[in-house]
Amino acid sequence: MGLLKKKTVLPGFGLSLGFTLFYLSLIVLIPLSAVFLRTTELSWDEFIAAVFSPRALASYRISFLASLTAALVNAFFGLILAWVLVRYPFPGKRVVDALVDLPFALPTAVAGITLTALFSANGWFGEWLEGTLGLKIAYAEPGIVVALTFIGLPFVVRTLQPVIEELEPELEEASAILGASRWQTLRKIVFPQLVPALLTGFALAFARALGEYGSVVFISGNMPLRTEITPLLIVTKLLQYDYAGATAVASAMLAASFVLLLLINLLQRWSRRYQNAN
Amino acid sequence: MSALSAFFPSAAPEAQRPATRDTPWLRWSLTGVALLFVAGFLVIPLTAVFAEALRKGAEVYWAALVDPDALAALRLTLTAAVIAVPLNVVFGVAAAWAIAKFDFPGKSFLTTLIDLPFAVSPVIAGLAFVLVFGLQGWLPPEAQAELLAPAVARELAAIPGLGWALGGLAEWLANPRIVFAVPGIALATIFVTVPFVARELIPLMQAQGNDEEYAALTLGANGWQTFWRVTLPNVKWGLFYGVVLCNARAMGEFGAVSVVSGHVRGETNTLPLHVEILYNEYQFAGAFAVASLLALLAIATLILKSLIEWRLTLNREQNL
Repeated sequence: MGLLKKKTVLPGFGLSLGFTLFYLSLIVLIPLSAVFLRTTELSWDEFIAAVFSPRALASYRISFLASLTAALVNAFFGLILAWVLVRYPFPGKRVVDALVDLPFALPTAVAGITLTALFSANGWFGEWLEGTLGLKIAYAEPGIVVALTFIGLPFVVRTLQPVIEELEPELEEASAILGASRWQTLRKIVFPQLVPALLTGFALAFARALGEYGSVVFISGNMPLRTEITPLLIVTKLLQYDYAGATAVASAMLAASFVLLLLINLLQRWSRRYQNAN
Repeated sequence: MSALSAFFPSAAPEAQRPATRDTPWLRWSLTGVALLFVAGFLVIPLTAVFAEALRKGAEVYWAALVDPDALAALRLTLTAAVIAVPLNVVFGVAAAWAIAKFDFPGKSFLTTLIDLPFAVSPVIAGLAFVLVFGLQGWLPPEAQAELLAPAVARELAAIPGLGWALGGLAEWLANPRIVFAVPGIALATIFVTVPFVARELIPLMQAQGNDEEYAALTLGANGWQTFWRVTLPNVKWGLFYGVVLCNARAMGEFGAVSVVSGHVRGETNTLPLHVEILYNEYQFAGAFAVASLLALLAIATLILKSLIEWRLTLNREQNL
Protein backbone atom coordinates (compact mmCIF):
# COMPACT_ATOMS: atom_id res chain seq x y z
CA MET A 1 0.00 0.00 0.00
CA GLY A 2 1.70 3.19 -1.15
CA LEU A 3 -0.41 5.29 1.18
CA LEU A 4 1.34 4.10 4.35
CA LYS A 5 4.07 6.26 5.84
CA LYS A 6 5.95 3.29 7.25
CA LYS A 7 6.13 -0.28 6.04
CA THR A 8 4.38 -2.70 8.39
CA VAL A 9 3.70 -6.42 8.55
CA LEU A 10 0.21 -5.86 9.98
CA PRO A 11 -2.44 -6.84 7.43
CA GLY A 12 -5.84 -5.33 6.77
CA PHE A 13 -4.97 -1.70 6.12
CA GLY A 14 -6.64 -1.54 2.72
CA LEU A 15 -9.74 -3.41 3.87
CA SER A 16 -10.30 -1.47 7.08
CA LEU A 17 -9.59 1.96 5.59
CA GLY A 18 -11.62 1.14 2.49
CA PHE A 19 -14.62 0.04 4.54
CA THR A 20 -14.32 3.06 6.84
CA LEU A 21 -14.34 5.49 3.91
CA PHE A 22 -17.15 3.64 2.13
CA TYR A 23 -19.38 3.58 5.22
CA LEU A 24 -18.69 7.19 6.16
CA SER A 25 -19.44 8.35 2.62
CA LEU A 26 -22.66 6.39 2.41
CA ILE A 27 -24.07 7.29 5.82
CA VAL A 28 -22.61 10.72 6.55
CA LEU A 29 -20.84 12.49 3.69
CA ILE A 30 -23.20 11.92 0.75
CA PRO A 31 -26.37 12.84 2.71
CA LEU A 32 -24.70 15.93 4.19
CA SER A 33 -23.40 17.00 0.80
CA ALA A 34 -27.01 16.80 -0.39
CA VAL A 35 -27.80 19.70 1.94
CA PHE A 36 -25.14 21.89 0.29
CA LEU A 37 -25.77 20.73 -3.26
CA ARG A 38 -29.52 21.22 -3.03
CA THR A 39 -28.86 24.74 -1.78
CA THR A 40 -27.09 25.53 -5.05
CA GLU A 41 -30.37 24.89 -6.86
CA LEU A 42 -31.66 28.11 -5.29
CA SER A 43 -30.92 31.44 -6.92
CA TRP A 44 -28.71 33.82 -4.95
CA ASP A 45 -31.67 36.05 -4.10
CA GLU A 46 -33.80 33.14 -2.92
CA PHE A 47 -30.93 31.90 -0.78
CA ILE A 48 -30.40 35.33 0.82
CA ALA A 49 -34.14 35.73 1.36
CA ALA A 50 -34.36 32.39 3.17
CA VAL A 51 -31.18 32.67 5.23
CA PHE A 52 -31.64 36.32 6.25
CA SER A 53 -35.41 36.48 6.69
CA PRO A 54 -36.39 38.26 9.92
CA ARG A 55 -37.71 34.99 11.34
CA ALA A 56 -34.45 33.15 10.54
CA LEU A 57 -32.34 36.00 11.95
CA ALA A 58 -34.40 35.95 15.16
CA SER A 59 -33.91 32.19 15.43
CA TYR A 60 -30.11 32.53 15.06
CA ARG A 61 -30.05 35.15 17.77
CA ILE A 62 -32.14 33.01 20.14
CA SER A 63 -30.15 29.84 19.43
CA PHE A 64 -26.83 31.64 19.78
CA LEU A 65 -27.66 33.52 22.98
CA ALA A 66 -29.39 30.60 24.70
CA SER A 67 -26.54 28.21 23.79
CA LEU A 68 -23.94 30.73 24.94
CA THR A 69 -25.71 31.30 28.28
CA ALA A 70 -26.17 27.56 28.84
CA ALA A 71 -22.52 26.85 28.00
CA LEU A 72 -21.38 29.61 30.40
CA VAL A 73 -23.56 28.20 33.20
CA ASN A 74 -22.11 24.77 32.47
CA ALA A 75 -18.55 26.09 32.43
CA PHE A 76 -19.05 27.67 35.88
CA PHE A 77 -20.85 24.80 37.60
CA GLY A 78 -18.95 22.15 35.61
CA LEU A 79 -15.63 23.51 36.88
CA ILE A 80 -16.84 23.36 40.48
CA LEU A 81 -18.39 19.92 40.03
CA ALA A 82 -15.28 18.45 38.36
CA TRP A 83 -13.04 19.90 41.09
CA VAL A 84 -15.25 18.55 43.87
CA LEU A 85 -15.49 15.12 42.21
CA VAL A 86 -11.73 14.76 41.82
CA ARG A 87 -10.39 16.47 44.93
CA TYR A 88 -12.89 16.09 47.79
CA PRO A 89 -13.99 12.82 49.34
CA PHE A 90 -17.68 12.70 50.26
CA PRO A 91 -20.26 9.94 50.69
CA GLY A 92 -22.12 8.95 47.53
CA LYS A 93 -19.40 10.33 45.29
CA ARG A 94 -19.52 7.42 42.86
CA VAL A 95 -23.27 7.82 42.40
CA VAL A 96 -22.89 11.53 41.70
CA ASP A 97 -20.07 10.80 39.27
CA ALA A 98 -22.23 8.28 37.40
CA LEU A 99 -25.21 10.67 37.40
CA VAL A 100 -23.21 13.33 35.56
CA ASP A 101 -23.69 11.30 32.36
CA LEU A 102 -27.48 11.25 32.74
CA PRO A 103 -28.00 13.89 30.02
CA PHE A 104 -26.10 11.63 27.59
CA ALA A 105 -28.14 8.58 28.52
CA LEU A 106 -31.61 10.09 28.94
CA PRO A 107 -33.48 10.55 25.64
CA THR A 108 -33.86 14.25 24.91
CA ALA A 109 -37.64 14.02 24.58
CA VAL A 110 -37.86 12.66 28.13
CA ALA A 111 -35.63 15.47 29.38
CA GLY A 112 -37.80 17.95 27.52
CA ILE A 113 -41.17 16.92 28.95
CA THR A 114 -39.73 16.48 32.45
CA LEU A 115 -38.05 19.88 32.59
CA THR A 116 -41.24 21.42 31.23
CA ALA A 117 -43.29 19.75 33.95
CA LEU A 118 -40.85 20.92 36.62
CA PHE A 119 -40.55 24.52 35.41
CA SER A 120 -44.09 25.26 34.23
CA ALA A 121 -46.34 27.38 36.45
CA ASN A 122 -47.67 24.43 38.47
CA GLY A 123 -44.48 22.36 38.52
CA TRP A 124 -42.20 21.70 41.50
CA PHE A 125 -39.76 24.47 40.58
CA GLY A 126 -42.08 26.64 38.51
CA GLU A 127 -44.61 27.12 41.29
CA TRP A 128 -41.98 28.77 43.43
CA LEU A 129 -40.06 30.58 40.67
CA GLU A 130 -43.14 31.92 38.94
CA GLY A 131 -45.48 32.25 41.90
CA THR A 132 -43.06 33.75 44.42
CA LEU A 133 -40.35 35.36 42.32
CA GLY A 134 -42.38 36.13 39.22
CA LEU A 135 -39.87 34.43 36.94
CA LYS A 136 -41.42 32.74 33.92
CA ILE A 137 -39.16 29.86 32.88
CA ALA A 138 -41.11 27.35 30.78
CA TYR A 139 -42.60 28.68 27.53
CA ALA A 140 -40.12 31.59 27.57
CA GLU A 141 -36.44 32.21 26.78
CA PRO A 142 -35.11 31.00 30.19
CA GLY A 143 -36.75 27.63 29.50
CA ILE A 144 -34.54 27.17 26.45
CA VAL A 145 -31.48 27.93 28.58
CA VAL A 146 -32.61 25.41 31.22
CA ALA A 147 -33.00 22.64 28.63
CA LEU A 148 -29.67 23.45 26.96
CA THR A 149 -27.89 23.57 30.33
CA PHE A 150 -29.17 20.08 31.11
CA ILE A 151 -28.06 18.76 27.71
CA GLY A 152 -24.55 20.25 27.92
CA LEU A 153 -23.85 19.44 31.57
CA PRO A 154 -21.54 16.43 31.09
CA PHE A 155 -19.21 18.05 28.55
CA VAL A 156 -17.34 20.47 30.83
CA VAL A 157 -17.15 18.00 33.74
CA ARG A 158 -15.88 15.15 31.59
CA THR A 159 -13.23 17.22 29.78
CA LEU A 160 -11.95 18.74 33.04
CA GLN A 161 -11.88 15.61 35.24
CA PRO A 162 -8.86 13.86 33.65
CA VAL A 163 -6.93 17.14 33.52
CA ILE A 164 -7.54 17.83 37.23
CA GLU A 165 -6.56 14.24 38.05
CA GLU A 166 -3.22 14.73 36.32
CA LEU A 167 -2.33 18.08 37.87
CA GLU A 168 1.06 17.77 39.51
CA PRO A 169 0.86 18.38 43.26
CA GLU A 170 4.46 19.69 43.21
CA LEU A 171 3.33 22.93 41.60
CA GLU A 172 0.75 23.59 44.30
CA GLU A 173 3.24 22.63 47.00
CA ALA A 174 5.91 24.90 45.57
CA SER A 175 3.39 27.72 45.46
CA ALA A 176 2.49 27.13 49.11
CA ILE A 177 6.14 27.00 50.14
CA LEU A 178 6.77 30.31 48.37
CA GLY A 179 4.13 31.85 50.61
CA ALA A 180 1.03 31.94 48.43
CA SER A 181 -2.31 31.57 50.14
CA ARG A 182 -4.49 28.65 49.01
CA TRP A 183 -6.73 31.07 47.13
CA GLN A 184 -3.74 32.60 45.32
CA THR A 185 -2.51 29.11 44.41
CA LEU A 186 -5.89 28.15 43.03
CA ARG A 187 -6.21 31.34 41.02
CA LYS A 188 -2.68 31.68 39.70
CA ILE A 189 -1.33 28.12 39.59
CA VAL A 190 -4.25 25.70 39.26
CA PHE A 191 -6.77 27.64 37.19
CA PRO A 192 -4.42 28.59 34.32
CA GLN A 193 -3.62 24.91 33.82
CA LEU A 194 -7.32 24.15 33.46
CA VAL A 195 -8.11 26.91 30.95
CA PRO A 196 -7.56 24.92 27.71
CA ALA A 197 -9.74 22.01 28.92
CA LEU A 198 -12.35 24.41 30.28
CA LEU A 199 -12.55 26.17 26.91
CA THR A 200 -12.79 22.81 25.11
CA GLY A 201 -15.63 21.69 27.35
CA PHE A 202 -17.34 25.03 26.90
CA ALA A 203 -17.07 24.79 23.12
CA LEU A 204 -18.38 21.20 23.12
CA ALA A 205 -21.36 22.17 25.28
CA PHE A 206 -22.03 25.18 23.05
CA ALA A 207 -21.86 23.12 19.85
CA ARG A 208 -24.20 20.51 21.26
CA ALA A 209 -26.63 23.19 22.46
CA LEU A 210 -26.76 24.89 19.04
CA GLY A 211 -28.00 21.72 17.37
CA GLU A 212 -30.28 20.49 20.14
CA TYR A 213 -33.92 20.01 19.23
CA GLY A 214 -35.67 17.30 21.28
CA SER A 215 -35.53 18.84 24.72
CA VAL A 216 -36.12 22.43 23.62
CA VAL A 217 -39.31 21.99 21.58
CA PHE A 218 -41.28 21.02 24.65
CA ILE A 219 -40.15 23.76 27.00
CA SER A 220 -39.71 26.75 24.69
CA GLY A 221 -43.29 27.36 23.63
CA ASN A 222 -42.05 27.70 20.03
CA MET A 223 -43.19 31.23 19.33
CA PRO A 224 -41.75 32.54 16.04
CA LEU A 225 -39.40 35.51 16.55
CA ARG A 226 -39.39 34.95 20.33
CA THR A 227 -38.65 31.39 21.36
CA GLU A 228 -38.09 29.60 18.06
CA ILE A 229 -34.60 28.06 17.82
CA THR A 230 -32.98 27.43 14.42
CA PRO A 231 -33.39 23.60 14.37
CA LEU A 232 -37.10 24.11 15.07
CA LEU A 233 -37.34 26.64 12.24
CA ILE A 234 -35.90 24.00 9.88
CA VAL A 235 -38.48 21.46 11.02
CA THR A 236 -41.31 24.00 10.70
CA LYS A 237 -40.27 24.84 7.15
CA LEU A 238 -40.14 21.12 6.32
CA LEU A 239 -43.64 20.57 7.68
CA GLN A 240 -44.83 23.41 5.43
CA TYR A 241 -43.12 21.68 2.46
CA ASP A 242 -40.75 24.64 2.13
CA TYR A 243 -37.83 22.33 1.33
CA ALA A 244 -35.79 25.09 -0.30
CA GLY A 245 -36.08 27.35 2.74
CA ALA A 246 -35.31 24.51 5.17
CA THR A 247 -32.26 23.50 3.14
CA ALA A 248 -30.93 27.07 2.93
CA VAL A 249 -31.18 27.63 6.70
CA ALA A 250 -29.74 24.16 7.33
CA SER A 251 -26.72 24.84 5.13
CA ALA A 252 -26.04 28.07 7.01
CA MET A 253 -26.23 26.16 10.28
CA LEU A 254 -24.09 23.34 8.94
CA ALA A 255 -21.39 25.85 7.99
CA ALA A 256 -21.47 27.20 11.55
CA SER A 257 -21.13 23.65 12.91
CA PHE A 258 -18.09 23.00 10.72
CA VAL A 259 -16.40 26.15 11.98
CA LEU A 260 -17.11 25.07 15.57
CA LEU A 261 -15.79 21.57 14.93
CA LEU A 262 -12.56 23.07 13.56
CA LEU A 263 -12.30 25.35 16.58
CA ILE A 264 -12.84 22.45 19.00
CA ASN A 265 -10.12 20.47 17.22
CA LEU A 266 -7.67 23.33 17.58
CA LEU A 267 -8.62 23.74 21.26
CA GLN A 268 -8.11 20.04 21.92
CA ARG A 269 -4.71 20.12 20.24
CA TRP A 270 -3.75 23.13 22.36
CA SER A 271 -5.05 21.42 25.47
CA ARG A 272 -3.00 18.28 24.78
CA ARG A 273 0.15 20.25 24.05
CA TYR A 274 -0.30 22.16 27.29
CA GLN A 275 -0.62 18.91 29.21
CA ASN A 276 2.43 17.38 27.54
CA ALA A 277 4.47 20.48 28.32
CA ASN A 278 3.71 19.92 31.99
CA MET B 1 3.38 12.54 49.61
CA SER B 2 5.03 13.89 46.53
CA ALA B 3 8.65 14.60 45.80
CA LEU B 4 8.84 18.16 47.04
CA SER B 5 7.40 17.51 50.47
CA ALA B 6 10.04 14.83 50.93
CA PHE B 7 12.71 17.50 50.53
CA PHE B 8 10.87 20.05 52.66
CA PRO B 9 9.24 18.06 55.42
CA SER B 10 8.48 21.25 57.31
CA ALA B 11 6.24 22.43 54.44
CA ALA B 12 3.61 19.83 55.22
CA PRO B 13 3.72 18.57 58.78
CA GLU B 14 1.17 15.86 59.46
CA ALA B 15 -0.88 17.99 61.81
CA GLN B 16 -1.35 20.74 59.26
CA ARG B 17 -3.36 20.83 56.07
CA PRO B 18 -1.36 19.46 53.08
CA ALA B 19 -0.55 22.13 50.50
CA THR B 20 -2.80 20.53 47.88
CA ARG B 21 -5.89 20.59 50.08
CA ASP B 22 -8.34 23.48 50.10
CA THR B 23 -9.43 25.29 53.26
CA PRO B 24 -12.44 23.70 54.96
CA TRP B 25 -14.84 26.56 54.23
CA LEU B 26 -13.95 26.47 50.55
CA ARG B 27 -14.33 22.69 50.53
CA TRP B 28 -17.74 22.81 52.14
CA SER B 29 -19.11 25.64 50.03
CA LEU B 30 -17.91 24.16 46.73
CA THR B 31 -19.25 20.72 47.64
CA GLY B 32 -22.55 22.34 48.59
CA VAL B 33 -22.84 24.26 45.32
CA ALA B 34 -21.89 21.16 43.27
CA LEU B 35 -24.38 18.91 45.06
CA LEU B 36 -27.19 21.48 44.80
CA PHE B 37 -26.56 21.76 41.07
CA VAL B 38 -26.59 17.96 40.70
CA ALA B 39 -29.76 17.68 42.78
CA GLY B 40 -31.61 20.40 40.88
CA PHE B 41 -30.58 19.44 37.39
CA LEU B 42 -30.17 15.66 37.60
CA VAL B 43 -31.69 13.98 40.66
CA ILE B 44 -34.98 15.88 40.82
CA PRO B 45 -35.74 15.64 37.07
CA LEU B 46 -35.02 11.90 37.12
CA THR B 47 -37.33 11.45 40.12
CA ALA B 48 -39.96 13.65 38.51
CA VAL B 49 -40.25 11.31 35.51
CA PHE B 50 -41.43 8.49 37.77
CA ALA B 51 -43.53 10.73 40.01
CA GLU B 52 -45.42 12.12 37.01
CA ALA B 53 -45.79 8.65 35.49
CA LEU B 54 -47.41 7.24 38.62
CA ARG B 55 -49.50 10.32 39.42
CA LYS B 56 -52.72 8.79 38.14
CA GLY B 57 -52.05 5.41 39.71
CA ALA B 58 -50.57 2.10 38.67
CA GLU B 59 -53.50 1.16 36.42
CA VAL B 60 -53.16 4.18 34.13
CA TYR B 61 -49.41 3.59 34.13
CA TRP B 62 -49.77 -0.02 33.09
CA ALA B 63 -52.44 0.74 30.50
CA ALA B 64 -50.14 3.26 28.80
CA LEU B 65 -47.36 0.68 28.57
CA VAL B 66 -49.43 -2.17 27.12
CA ASP B 67 -51.27 0.08 24.68
CA PRO B 68 -50.85 -1.44 21.17
CA ASP B 69 -49.35 1.79 19.81
CA ALA B 70 -46.83 1.86 22.66
CA LEU B 71 -45.88 -1.76 22.02
CA ALA B 72 -45.49 -1.06 18.30
CA ALA B 73 -43.29 1.92 19.16
CA LEU B 74 -41.21 -0.27 21.47
CA ARG B 75 -40.79 -2.83 18.69
CA LEU B 76 -39.66 -0.16 16.22
CA THR B 77 -37.22 1.33 18.73
CA LEU B 78 -35.69 -2.10 19.31
CA THR B 79 -35.57 -2.75 15.55
CA ALA B 80 -33.74 0.53 14.90
CA ALA B 81 -31.22 -0.25 17.64
CA VAL B 82 -30.72 -3.84 16.43
CA ILE B 83 -29.90 -2.50 12.95
CA ALA B 84 -27.83 0.53 13.97
CA VAL B 85 -25.68 -0.84 16.80
CA PRO B 86 -24.11 -3.88 15.00
CA LEU B 87 -23.41 -1.84 11.87
CA ASN B 88 -21.68 0.84 13.90
CA VAL B 89 -19.73 -1.83 15.79
CA VAL B 90 -18.35 -3.18 12.50
CA PHE B 91 -17.59 0.37 11.37
CA GLY B 92 -16.01 1.30 14.70
CA VAL B 93 -13.74 -1.74 14.71
CA ALA B 94 -12.66 -1.18 11.09
CA ALA B 95 -12.05 2.52 11.64
CA ALA B 96 -10.10 1.89 14.86
CA TRP B 97 -7.97 -0.78 13.16
CA ALA B 98 -7.08 1.57 10.30
CA ILE B 99 -6.48 4.63 12.48
CA ALA B 100 -4.81 3.09 15.54
CA LYS B 101 -2.64 0.47 13.85
CA PHE B 102 -1.37 2.36 10.81
CA ASP B 103 0.16 5.70 9.96
CA PHE B 104 -1.15 7.41 6.85
CA PRO B 105 -1.58 10.96 5.59
CA GLY B 106 -4.93 12.53 6.45
CA LYS B 107 -5.36 10.42 9.57
CA SER B 108 -6.35 13.28 11.86
CA PHE B 109 -8.75 14.59 9.20
CA LEU B 110 -10.41 11.18 9.05
CA THR B 111 -10.74 11.17 12.85
CA THR B 112 -12.47 14.55 12.64
CA LEU B 113 -14.82 13.24 9.94
CA ILE B 114 -15.86 10.37 12.22
CA ASP B 115 -16.85 12.94 14.86
CA LEU B 116 -18.90 14.91 12.34
CA PRO B 117 -22.31 13.43 13.31
CA PHE B 118 -21.81 14.81 16.83
CA ALA B 119 -21.31 18.31 15.48
CA VAL B 120 -24.30 18.26 13.13
CA SER B 121 -27.76 19.03 14.46
CA PRO B 122 -29.88 15.84 14.42
CA VAL B 123 -32.54 17.80 12.59
CA ILE B 124 -30.12 18.45 9.72
CA ALA B 125 -29.22 14.74 9.65
CA GLY B 126 -32.88 13.93 9.15
CA LEU B 127 -33.23 16.65 6.52
CA ALA B 128 -30.24 15.23 4.62
CA PHE B 129 -31.98 11.87 4.24
CA VAL B 130 -35.21 13.56 3.16
CA LEU B 131 -33.23 15.44 0.49
CA VAL B 132 -31.74 12.20 -0.80
CA PHE B 133 -34.73 9.87 -0.56
CA GLY B 134 -37.72 12.21 -0.39
CA LEU B 135 -40.28 12.93 -3.13
CA GLN B 136 -38.09 15.56 -4.78
CA GLY B 137 -34.86 13.85 -3.74
CA TRP B 138 -31.94 12.38 -5.64
CA LEU B 139 -33.43 8.91 -5.30
CA PRO B 140 -37.20 9.42 -5.10
CA PRO B 141 -39.55 6.56 -4.17
CA GLU B 142 -40.08 5.39 -7.78
CA ALA B 143 -36.34 5.04 -8.27
CA GLN B 144 -36.08 3.25 -4.91
CA ALA B 145 -38.71 0.77 -6.02
CA GLU B 146 -36.68 0.05 -9.15
CA LEU B 147 -33.46 -0.26 -7.24
CA LEU B 148 -34.53 -2.01 -4.06
CA ALA B 149 -37.43 -4.15 -5.17
CA PRO B 150 -37.14 -5.13 -8.80
CA ALA B 151 -40.21 -6.75 -10.30
CA VAL B 152 -38.99 -10.27 -9.45
CA ALA B 153 -38.77 -9.49 -5.77
CA ARG B 154 -42.23 -7.98 -5.77
CA GLU B 155 -43.65 -11.03 -7.51
CA LEU B 156 -41.93 -13.27 -4.98
CA ALA B 157 -43.43 -11.26 -2.16
CA ALA B 158 -46.86 -11.53 -3.78
CA ILE B 159 -46.83 -15.34 -3.51
CA PRO B 160 -49.11 -15.91 -0.49
CA GLY B 161 -46.97 -18.42 1.45
CA LEU B 162 -43.74 -16.56 0.87
CA GLY B 163 -45.27 -13.23 1.76
CA TRP B 164 -46.29 -14.62 5.12
CA ALA B 165 -42.81 -15.98 5.74
CA LEU B 166 -41.22 -12.64 4.92
CA GLY B 167 -43.60 -10.84 7.25
CA GLY B 168 -43.30 -7.07 7.23
CA LEU B 169 -40.60 -7.30 4.60
CA ALA B 170 -43.12 -8.47 1.98
CA GLU B 171 -45.38 -5.55 2.72
CA TRP B 172 -42.44 -3.24 2.41
CA LEU B 173 -41.29 -4.81 -0.87
CA ALA B 174 -44.75 -4.22 -2.31
CA ASN B 175 -44.33 -0.51 -1.65
CA PRO B 176 -40.66 0.16 -0.92
CA ARG B 177 -39.94 3.49 0.68
CA ILE B 178 -37.01 4.74 2.69
CA VAL B 179 -37.91 8.12 4.11
CA PHE B 180 -41.15 8.36 6.14
CA ALA B 181 -40.85 4.60 6.72
CA VAL B 182 -38.82 2.20 8.85
CA PRO B 183 -35.59 2.21 6.73
CA GLY B 184 -35.35 5.99 7.05
CA ILE B 185 -35.65 5.71 10.83
CA ALA B 186 -32.89 3.10 10.82
CA LEU B 187 -30.67 5.29 8.60
CA ALA B 188 -31.18 8.37 10.78
CA THR B 189 -30.40 6.29 13.88
CA ILE B 190 -27.22 4.95 12.27
CA PHE B 191 -26.15 8.49 11.33
CA VAL B 192 -26.39 9.92 14.85
CA THR B 193 -24.64 6.93 16.45
CA VAL B 194 -21.74 6.54 13.97
CA PRO B 195 -18.98 7.91 16.24
CA PHE B 196 -19.70 6.08 19.52
CA VAL B 197 -17.84 2.77 19.08
CA ALA B 198 -14.99 4.20 16.99
CA ARG B 199 -14.35 6.96 19.54
CA GLU B 200 -13.94 4.47 22.38
CA LEU B 201 -11.79 2.02 20.44
CA ILE B 202 -9.34 4.39 18.72
CA PRO B 203 -7.61 5.77 21.87
CA LEU B 204 -7.68 2.35 23.53
CA MET B 205 -6.04 0.58 20.57
CA GLN B 206 -3.54 3.42 20.20
CA ALA B 207 -2.55 3.08 23.85
CA GLN B 208 -2.06 -0.67 23.51
CA GLY B 209 0.29 -0.40 20.54
CA ASN B 210 1.04 -3.10 17.99
CA ASP B 211 3.52 -5.27 19.88
CA GLU B 212 1.13 -8.08 20.74
CA GLU B 213 -0.10 -8.20 17.14
CA TYR B 214 3.50 -8.42 15.88
CA ALA B 215 4.16 -11.27 18.30
CA ALA B 216 1.08 -13.14 17.07
CA LEU B 217 2.07 -12.67 13.43
CA THR B 218 5.62 -13.83 14.18
CA LEU B 219 4.24 -16.95 15.80
CA GLY B 220 2.41 -17.74 12.56
CA ALA B 221 -1.10 -16.40 13.10
CA ASN B 222 -2.79 -14.88 10.07
CA GLY B 223 -4.45 -11.47 10.11
CA TRP B 224 -7.92 -12.62 11.14
CA GLN B 225 -6.57 -14.93 13.85
CA THR B 226 -4.54 -12.04 15.22
CA PHE B 227 -7.62 -9.83 15.24
CA TRP B 228 -9.99 -12.35 16.85
CA ARG B 229 -7.58 -13.81 19.39
CA VAL B 230 -5.30 -10.89 20.28
CA THR B 231 -6.77 -7.50 19.39
CA LEU B 232 -10.43 -8.11 20.14
CA PRO B 233 -9.95 -9.67 23.61
CA ASN B 234 -7.68 -6.73 24.48
CA VAL B 235 -10.32 -4.14 23.65
CA LYS B 236 -13.48 -6.04 24.59
CA TRP B 237 -14.39 -3.81 27.53
CA GLY B 238 -13.85 -0.66 25.53
CA LEU B 239 -15.98 -2.13 22.76
CA PHE B 240 -18.73 -3.01 25.23
CA TYR B 241 -18.57 0.54 26.60
CA GLY B 242 -19.05 1.94 23.12
CA VAL B 243 -21.95 -0.43 22.48
CA VAL B 244 -23.75 0.65 25.66
CA LEU B 245 -23.47 4.35 24.79
CA CYS B 246 -24.35 3.73 21.14
CA ASN B 247 -27.43 1.75 22.15
CA ALA B 248 -28.65 4.41 24.57
CA ARG B 249 -28.46 7.07 21.89
CA ALA B 250 -29.97 4.77 19.24
CA MET B 251 -33.02 4.07 21.40
CA GLY B 252 -33.41 7.65 22.55
CA GLU B 253 -32.83 9.63 19.36
CA PHE B 254 -35.59 12.14 18.73
CA GLY B 255 -34.70 14.98 16.35
CA ALA B 256 -33.29 13.05 13.40
CA VAL B 257 -35.88 10.29 13.65
CA SER B 258 -38.69 12.81 14.00
CA VAL B 259 -37.82 14.41 10.65
CA VAL B 260 -37.67 11.14 8.67
CA SER B 261 -40.56 9.41 10.42
CA GLY B 262 -43.96 9.58 8.83
CA HIS B 263 -45.46 9.89 12.33
CA VAL B 264 -47.88 7.06 11.58
CA ARG B 265 -49.13 5.70 14.89
CA GLY B 266 -48.37 2.04 15.35
CA GLU B 267 -46.16 2.05 12.25
CA THR B 268 -43.41 4.65 12.11
CA ASN B 269 -43.34 5.88 15.71
CA THR B 270 -40.44 5.08 17.98
CA LEU B 271 -40.78 5.33 21.77
CA PRO B 272 -39.49 8.93 21.98
CA LEU B 273 -41.89 9.96 19.19
CA HIS B 274 -44.73 8.17 20.97
CA VAL B 275 -43.92 10.18 24.10
CA GLU B 276 -44.21 13.37 22.06
CA ILE B 277 -47.58 12.39 20.57
CA LEU B 278 -49.09 11.48 23.95
CA TYR B 279 -47.73 14.68 25.46
CA ASN B 280 -49.14 16.85 22.69
CA GLU B 281 -52.51 15.15 23.18
CA TYR B 282 -52.38 16.18 26.87
CA GLN B 283 -52.17 12.54 27.99
CA PHE B 284 -49.46 13.50 30.45
CA ALA B 285 -49.61 10.38 32.65
CA GLY B 286 -49.31 8.18 29.56
CA ALA B 287 -46.49 10.26 28.12
CA PHE B 288 -44.54 10.05 31.37
CA ALA B 289 -45.29 6.32 31.70
CA VAL B 290 -43.63 5.66 28.33
CA ALA B 291 -40.91 8.18 29.26
CA SER B 292 -40.24 6.25 32.47
CA LEU B 293 -39.41 3.21 30.35
CA LEU B 294 -36.77 5.29 28.56
CA ALA B 295 -35.57 6.67 31.91
CA LEU B 296 -35.07 3.08 33.12
CA LEU B 297 -33.00 2.47 30.00
CA ALA B 298 -30.92 5.52 30.91
CA ILE B 299 -30.40 4.29 34.49
CA ALA B 300 -29.38 0.84 33.23
CA THR B 301 -26.96 2.54 30.83
CA LEU B 302 -25.38 4.56 33.65
CA ILE B 303 -24.99 1.48 35.85
CA LEU B 304 -23.42 -0.58 33.06
CA LYS B 305 -21.17 2.33 32.17
CA SER B 306 -19.87 2.65 35.74
CA LEU B 307 -19.28 -1.09 35.96
CA ILE B 308 -17.30 -1.12 32.70
CA GLU B 309 -15.31 1.94 33.77
CA TRP B 310 -14.38 0.14 36.97
CA ARG B 311 -13.35 -2.89 34.89
CA LEU B 312 -11.28 -0.74 32.51
CA THR B 313 -9.40 0.93 35.39
CA LEU B 314 -8.72 -2.50 36.84
CA ASN B 315 -7.31 -3.67 33.49
CA ARG B 316 -5.13 -0.58 33.22
CA GLU B 317 -3.75 -1.08 36.72
CA GLN B 318 -2.99 -4.73 36.00
CA ASN B 319 -1.07 -3.75 32.88
CA LEU B 320 1.11 -1.28 34.75
